This record gives sequence, structure tokens and C-alpha cells, in this order.
Amino acid sequence: MAEELIPDRPSPNGAPKIGVYVCHCGLNIAGTVDVHEVVRFASTLPYVTVAREYKFMCSDPGQELIEQDLREGLVDRVVVASCSPLMHEATFRQATGRGGTSPFHFQMASIRELVSWVTEDPEDATEKAKALVAAAVRRVALHEYLEPREAPVHPDVLVVGGGIAGIHAALTLADAGKHVYLVERESTIGGHMAKFDKTFPTLDCASCILTPKMSAVRAHPNITLWTYSDVVSVSGYTGDFTVRVRHRPRYVREDLCTGCLACIEACVHKQAKYPSEFDEGLGKRKPIYIPFPQATPPVVVVDPEACIWFKTGKCPRPCIEACERDAFDFEQTETEDEIKVGAIILATGFRTFDAGRIPEYGYGRYPNVYTSLEVERLLNSAGPTGGEVLLRDGTKPRTVGIIHCVGSRDVRFHAYCSKVCCMYSLKLAHMLRERTGAEVYNFYIDMRTPGKGYEEFYDKILREGAHLIRGRVAEVTDEATAPEEEGHLVIRAEDTLLGTVRRVPVDMVVLAVGMEPQPDAEDVRRLFNISCGGEGFFTERHPKLAPVSTFTDGVFLAGACQGPKDIPETVAQAGAAAAEALAMIDRGSVRLEANTAFVDEAACSGCKTCVGLCPFGAIEFDEERRKAAVNEVVCKGCGICVAACPSGAAQQHLFTDAQILAEIEGVLAYA
Amino acid sequence: MPEMEREAPFEPKIVALFCTWCTYTAADLAGISRLRYAPNVRPIRLMCSGRVDPQFVLAALRDGADGVLIGGCHPGDCHYQEGNDNALRRFELLKRVLREMGIEEERVRLEWISASEGEKVQRVCNEMTEQVRALGPLRLQVPREGRARAGARAPEAELVGGEAR
Repeated sequence: MAEELIPDRPSPNGAPKIGVYVCHCGLNIAGTVDVHEVVRFASTLPYVTVAREYKFMCSDPGQELIEQDLREGLVDRVVVASCSPLMHEATFRQATGRGGTSPFHFQMASIRELVSWVTEDPEDATEKAKALVAAAVRRVALHEYLEPREAPVHPDVLVVGGGIAGIHAALTLADAGKHVYLVERESTIGGHMAKFDKTFPTLDCASCILTPKMSAVRAHPNITLWTYSDVVSVSGYTGDFTVRVRHRPRYVREDLCTGCLACIEACVHKQAKYPSEFDEGLGKRKPIYIPFPQATPPVVVVDPEACIWFKTGKCPRPCIEACERDAFDFEQTETEDEIKVGAIILATGFRTFDAGRIPEYGYGRYPNVYTSLEVERLLNSAGPTGGEVLLRDGTKPRTVGIIHCVGSRDVRFHAYCSKVCCMYSLKLAHMLRERTGAEVYNFYIDMRTPGKGYEEFYDKILREGAHLIRGRVAEVTDEATAPEEEGHLVIRAEDTLLGTVRRVPVDMVVLAVGMEPQPDAEDVRRLFNISCGGEGFFTERHPKLAPVSTFTDGVFLAGACQGPKDIPETVAQAGAAAAEALAMIDRGSVRLEANTAFVDEAACSGCKTCVGLCPFGAIEFDEERRKAAVNEVVCKGCGICVAACPSGAAQQHLFTDAQILAEIEGVLAYA
Repeated sequence: MPEMEREAPFEPKIVALFCTWCTYTAADLAGISRLRYAPNVRPIRLMCSGRVDPQFVLAALRDGADGVLIGGCHPGDCHYQEGNDNALRRFELLKRVLREMGIEEERVRLEWISASEGEKVQRVCNEMTEQVRALGPLRLQVPREGRARAGARAPEAELVGGEAR
């Protein structure tokens, strides 16, 4: 049946000579699929002139096999049956190109991910592999001779998110001479790290190591820093993105405000009475405020929800009076900028788990139950209590219980481990003891301290006399069952090392909340056309080999938006993302996908069906000649127009109707 | 459909048309996770489920497939913004055409499978295989000349025209 179908196919370069190369992938394929049989079968297929097998086709000698056969004229089209095309298509296309033909005279049959790894029975696997090879052979016979398309890369980079990840990536790129747009939605950069007092395991002060970098961002001639701003649209493709950024009004001109804070002093609100977001609601701010003293840029913000002028229109506005620079502009409205960038780094970070979702821990019900982030603010000398750990009634706790894994490693919420909580809980245990002299009890499931100096830090905390109790806490209650529990919160947990249930009365409970994706991660993901894993963190291109790339070329990831990680790891990843972006920019051009659509003018009936269907407006219509034409630079290669064209005039390179139908026949012809 | 007499159990042939961004990537994930599933499903990679021309499905059924599975990104997640919406609209029309041809609707299936849903690939492929196995072989009476050149828009072209109604 195969023989009767192929010969009358169009074949641009005369009769094709197809080489089939079947990879063992060690035992990954050969352990399940009978590779010899697949090669034997392939050699019987029409137009196959060479069929070979090799242990690792992706190795240099493996690629050389292909190149040599091409150079010697034995073959002019190539099928490699190995892993997924998402893994090695680029590798083998390049080898095919080096052999002297179009790199697109190549088709891959995935007999590892789609066959050997998912099929139990070796016979079934071999048959399926043969079907996929037959399909690839039929299809590659119809591949057109295409030249790779290159497009220039715009040298500027967009970094989204101004936490430590975004800051580090932006500085790295800017130091290399690239212009960076750093967009942050809060009024200051700094992210979560700016809220911490000390960092594990070295206990160096977070602001001492962060704020110099924040100042460097602001001072850097190669960085355009846009705070209080959001990315609203992204279009284009790798090397040439067009991004629109919206700036929200802060009612104070950033170019004039010097951060003297005289206006805050002058505000008609003599007392700060609005909860400070930066202090996790534990401190108060006025309607005009600066989140923290080292905020960058050091520009005040007016909160229109709280400001009397905005609410009633009746306020003498002493703030305006107090400003020597005339920086106030109560008429400010949203503005937008449109920028062109070649690469984008997403460093949008995380949020902490909402402790209120676990009612048995009493957060929001008992005033002395805190989240770890709140305690970070209490410990911070710039925080609401000036660094004194005081309970809500103003007293110092004498006993503290820290509950690990709140929201993490819990199938009800997040099955994953948030990775940082053991270490920061130990840090908090140390700091709480140091500041208050309190007895500290840590309740943990498993102590996870891998990392340089981390296990040593754990030993140090143990030696200091922290009480470590192994067991997940069942509940926090104020119901006393013994006199010593009166007036305290009682933590009830099974001590799995002693095999008993314990009730530990404490004055303060700290919930070590885990990390989760930002609430709008889904929107951000769609905006930048990347994907999320099941838990909502952005998906990297490959978990091991491309950890900061995404499936969308030119978009890179840094920091906790990709998954829970601590500061050292975040900074390392941000540097890696910057390096990837830099490599792309300095190369000067990117290779574009060849699979764009095109219209065969002779067959086009001028019905315009395709024009309206294109999501990217890539199809132009010549009214005079009544013909549609695809702008290949704008076309992203989905093929929606092709599927809709009633006359078959619209086609897609590498996915023509004939090629796809040949592939369908192929998987069915043999089975 | 006449009852078929056979010795070996019927093994359905299923052609799967997967979009590269979501479902094909999920199939890769199933592989990486070593999730075993029925070998009857033969995946073909397309850039987008919006590329699925209903004639591909008809051609597959004509050429011997007992079922066709289409996999795309979840609504709103399309890499090309709205290709999966197009796929859904065409799929609904296709089912009508199949009904008119007397082909059971259960032989074609459209599933949204995201890149992280390797287990869903396993589940859907297994379900689809069992479902089509239960229906038995699709035995279309296609005249010999009707199955000739695949590139040409042979008899099914009229059906495809039906989509544009």
C-alpha cells in the first residue's frame, strides 16, 4: 500500500533519498523497542536509501553519521527516530544543514517519550515505533527546501519585577552595557527581601546587602526604572517584542520629589491610621507615605482611597505647601509607554500562603498568632515596633512556638515543600531568643537544611537550646486544661519521636507560611505567553538543562515565580537569566521558526475567511487583485488560517495539508 | 454494522493530533514520568489545535483509524490566543457531519490537556482506547479511488465545504 501511494507525490528535488537513523538512547529506547527490527522495517520503505542505528544519535559521532551520508550523496532527507523533537529537533536540523541540504529536510519520530517510556510490552512498542517512523518517512518526502530565517535582535531588555531577582538581573545586564527597563508594580523596588531583618544562614542584615543594589539600580545610566507600573500588553516575537507599560499616578512627580518627607509631616492627618502594606498591616501610615525609609525611588505616594482631598475635595492640602520642589500634581492620570525590547526576564516573585485558610491554627482569631512575614517586620529595626518583639498588648513573649510547613507539604493546600521555611524558622528561633530571651519551640515534620552552611546553622540553633519537636501541629487553642495553660495559647501536636501527644503553652505562635504563586500569575502567564505547572509556578523549558528559559523564545525566568527558592538560589538564577538574554542579544540575530503560513495566489478565491481568523493580523488582502497574502514576519505559524481556507490556497510551511495527511497515512499504513 | 467474527481481540487504531505547546508537551511529560498507556494511540504533532482541518479527521477515519483524538490547550491558554476556540467550533460541526455519515460520535474526541497534565494524557489515551474498543472497528465502505492521493481534496472536500456553512 505504501508503494502505491508515494510515487505520484510532488517532490521538489526529484526523487527523494531518505536516510533513517534510529537511536538506541542507551537502553532508554533499545531496552523496550527492537531497534534492529525498526531499522529493517525502515529500509523497506519507499525512497529510504539508508537506514542505520546508533547508540546515541545526538552524540557527535551520531550526528556525523548523518552529515557523512548527506555529503556523500547517499541521502538528501533525514528522519531521526529518537527522543522528542522538543528535545533535539534543533540539534538534528543543524546536522542536516551541515550535511549540505536544507535543515528542514528533516523530520523526527519520537520513539522515546511517545513509545519506549510509555509502553509496557516490547512488541507493542516496536510496532508503534515502526508506525511513527513510517509516518516520518512519508512526511519528510514532501518537505520543501526552506532556508532558515534570521531576524535582528533589539538590544534592550525588559525585566518584570523589582525584587532581588529582578534587581540582580537588571544590574547584570546594565553592567554589560545593555539598556534595561525594570518594571515594578509597587511604589518601590526591593520585594520581599526588603521586609526581612536578617538572612540565613549568615545572619547578615538584609537591608545592608540589598539597599546598595537598590541604589545602584536607580543610579545606573543603563536602567530605566518604572515603579508603580504594570505591563499591559506584549506583542511581537523573540528579539523584537513591543511592550506597553502603564504607569499609575502617585500624584507626586517622580522627577521632582527628593524624598525629604516634609509633606508626610505636614499632612492634615496628624496620626498615621491606615495599615501599612509594607509592615504587613502591623504598622500604620498616612494617606501620603513612603513604604520604608530606603524605598527606591525615594518618592512619596498619595493613596487616593485615604486622602481627604480625593475623598471630599475639601482639604487645605498643607502637603503642597510643605513641598519646596512643587512636586505635587493632584491632576496626574495614568500614562503609558510603548517600548521595544529583544528579551524579557520575568521575576515576578511569590506570595506567602494565607494562614487564615487553616482555621485550626487560629490565625486572625487569636491576636498572638502571627505569620512569619509579620514577625520579620517585628524583628526589623525599621519595622512598626523598631525591632522590639512585642505582642499586640505591648508585652514581650516569654515562650514562642514556631509551626513549620504551614500550607506546604499538605495535600489540602500545597503538596510541595516551600524549601525556605525550615531555614527561616530556625533563623526566627535564633532571633526571637536573642531579642526576647524567650523559650522557642519549633514544630517540624522533617528538618530540611540542604545548602552551603545550612546544616551547620541548624546545629548551631540546636546548641543554642531551641526546642525542636518533630510532629505536625494539630491545633492552636486557648482552651486551658491545666493551670499552667491559663492565659496562654496551647499548641497541641504529636511528638513523633517520643510517641506522645504534647500540649505546649506559649505566648506567641509563629506560622511558617509557605511560598505560592502570585495571585495574578495566571494573567501574567497569559500576557507573556508562557505556561504554568499544576501548582501555578511558571514552567521552565527544561527542569535541568534550560532552567531559566521558557517555551516562548526570548522570555526568561528568574526567582520564585518559577518555584520556591531562597535568596542565594534566586540571585544565581537571575544571573543565569541575564546571561541567557545577553547571549541572545550579542549574537545579534535570532533564528525564526520556518513554519509560517503562505497563500498560493493561483488558488486563492479571495473569500477573506483567513483574514478575520488570524489572531495576529498577519494576513493582508489586496482588494484590487482579490488575493490574500501572509506577512511572514508577523505570522506566528499556528496554521489556523490554513485549516479554514476552503480552497486549500493557504498552506503552512512544514505543516502543509499534504505533509500532515502523509503523516496520518503513515501512522495508519503500518500497524 | 455487521458483527465481526475474529479470533484476536480487536485493537483499535487511534490517530492523535496534538498541539505542540500543551498536549504534545504533556505527552512528553507522560514519557518523562514513565506513565504507561495504551499503545494504540499514534500522536502527530501540530503547532496548534486550530490547525486541525476536519478533513484530517475524515482522512484518518477513511485510511483506517477507528478513532481520532484531538488535544489542545485549555480555553484561554492557546499559545496563539484563540486557535483552540477554532478547533472547538470545527469539532462541533465535524461531529454533525459524522452523525450524518453514520459514524459514532464517540470515535472522535477533543480534549484540553495542558503541558503539566501528563497524567491526563495517560488517562485520556486509555479511556479513548477502551471506548473505541467497545465500539468495535470502524468499517467504512470507501471506494478504492477515494483513498488514492492524500494530498488531493478528494470526496471529503464536500464535507469540508460544509464547515463553512
